[in-house]
Amino acid sequence: MARRVTKGRKIVTTVLAWFVGLVIFFPILWTFLTSFKTELQAISIPPVFVAFDWTLENYRTIQSQSNYLHFMLNSVYLSLGSTALGLIFAIPAAWAMAFSPTKRTKDVLLWMLSTKMLPAVGVLIPIYLLFVRFGLLDSRLGLIVVLFLINLPIIVWMLYTYFKEIPGEILEAARMDGAGLAKEITQVLAPMAVPGIASTILLNVILSWNEAFWTLNLTTSNAAPLTAFIASFSSPQGNFYAKLSAASMLAIAPILIVGWFSQKQLVRGLTFGAVK
Amino acid sequence: MATLHTKSAARAMMAPAVIVLLIWMIVPLAMTLYFSTLNYTLYNPFSTPFIGFENYTYFLQDPTFLAALANTLILVLGVLAITVIGGILIALLLDQEFYGVNIVRLLVIAPFFVMPTVAALVWKNMMMNPVYGVIGQFLQAIGLAPIDWMTELPLLSIIIIVAWQWLPFATLILLTALQSLSEDQKEAAEMDGAGALSIFWYITLPHMSRAITVVILIQTIFLLSIYAEILVTTQGGPGSQSTNITYLVAQQATSYGDIGAASAGGIVAVILANIVAIFLVRLIGKNLDA
Repeated sequence: MARRVTKGRKIVTTVLAWFVGLVIFFPILWTFLTSFKTELQAISIPPVFVAFDWTLENYRTIQSQSNYLHFMLNSVYLSLGSTALGLIFAIPAAWAMAFSPTKRTKDVLLWMLSTKMLPAVGVLIPIYLLFVRFGLLDSRLGLIVVLFLINLPIIVWMLYTYFKEIPGEILEAARMDGAGLAKEITQVLAPMAVPGIASTILLNVILSWNEAFWTLNLTTSNAAPLTAFIASFSSPQGNFYAKLSAASMLAIAPILIVGWFSQKQLVRGLTFGAVK
Repeated sequence: MATLHTKSAARAMMAPAVIVLLIWMIVPLAMTLYFSTLNYTLYNPFSTPFIGFENYTYFLQDPTFLAALANTLILVLGVLAITVIGGILIALLLDQEFYGVNIVRLLVIAPFFVMPTVAALVWKNMMMNPVYGVIGQFLQAIGLAPIDWMTELPLLSIIIIVAWQWLPFATLILLTALQSLSEDQKEAAEMDGAGALSIFWYITLPHMSRAITVVILIQTIFLLSIYAEILVTTQGGPGSQSTNITYLVAQQATSYGDIGAASAGGIVAVILANIVAIFLVRLIGKNLDA
């Protein structure tokens, strides 16, 4: 930044920016605070902000009453499973498109993108009936496959934009130095591809973790991930704000942390390279 | 460039991804299309006579469908208006110099990572509950009557919740675009005596126009399919006041077991989404130098 900013203006901007930031963040902050309150404190009028007896009771209750761990493990299985499957299919495809493009590469990429735009309700019914028919309803395997398929276009696209940035000359130089194909891949290409693959994994884990159409429609309990677990709070009994808050924090905390680390890649992945 | 020794090797590497996506796209869609011409209910799944376009006429004449169509459009346009205008303003603010830029960025981006069911239930209960919700207590504190959001303003409530989830996305992308604007250009305009407003109107906004288009198109794709937020808050009600097409179609299948009508609704949703998708694919394709 070349322009000089006066101190006064900087302070005004600081106050304004922090105000906006805190307003946007407030629901999450409030959930965090409520998760440490008792149920009575959670609905006290006027609300208490931090001056309450902090308790871990809700977190214990969530695990003991509703077996939180089961749903969290399902979320982990689903997001990691679908991401791994996605990489297996997408890495070779993106690699081929980036390093030996043909006239049709662009069409294939755009076609893949268009499959992402197919609304889920357009295919919900046959998928649901097929799942019933083949006993895949409420199974982790079935859901992993669906999540893999809905995110595959994004994985291919993201990897493609990263692979394209690897200069081809490096490969030729390595070959001139007498590196064999195996060496070429393990020692020259892999280190350059790793950051792009890592970012792709992060984004895809976030998207799968938060997916809430298929996970709600294709699971009941056995394969239900956190999205479905939280949805069970929509018909509550008695006081439940503090427990809802604790469950919510447990559901979003891991992905919030992953997300904060990958915010730059997010732009690239979600705009299909159209904004960098 | 010949990093891959033959073209057939490249084709073999692409084939698995292309084939699974092709199957994923064609098989279910063809089945939906087929079901949409049958009188097919889950109560009598063994007799599914062909009835042509009857499901479509039933679905399109159903007043609930017209309400759902209108709600879908209001939901998409409402969220777009809030996120695009809000996103531009917040991006302009975050592009300034201030203390704690990185922390504020984290605060602003956070809602995007909150799963839909959590976002919706936290807003419904802890923000919007007329008695215990923070908004209700705030309104009462300043002497106004609390609002029973979910029954009085169901669609607006959904719009607010979804806009909260997508505002970070719009902000982040617009900010990225803003940061690629060179300072020189703005300085030159300033030296020519341009005011802050005309710099924004004639330099900043045109520079952001492509990013704005991308935000609108991508969000529209996702917003047409809003589902979880409705399911866990209003369940489409009261009546059908907050039912959108996605929710209506899912309801037709799961609550009423009417596979035929739900399939017809699904096809209508596909056509709607395609109208947007055509523009988006064209825009991204233009930008792709493959």
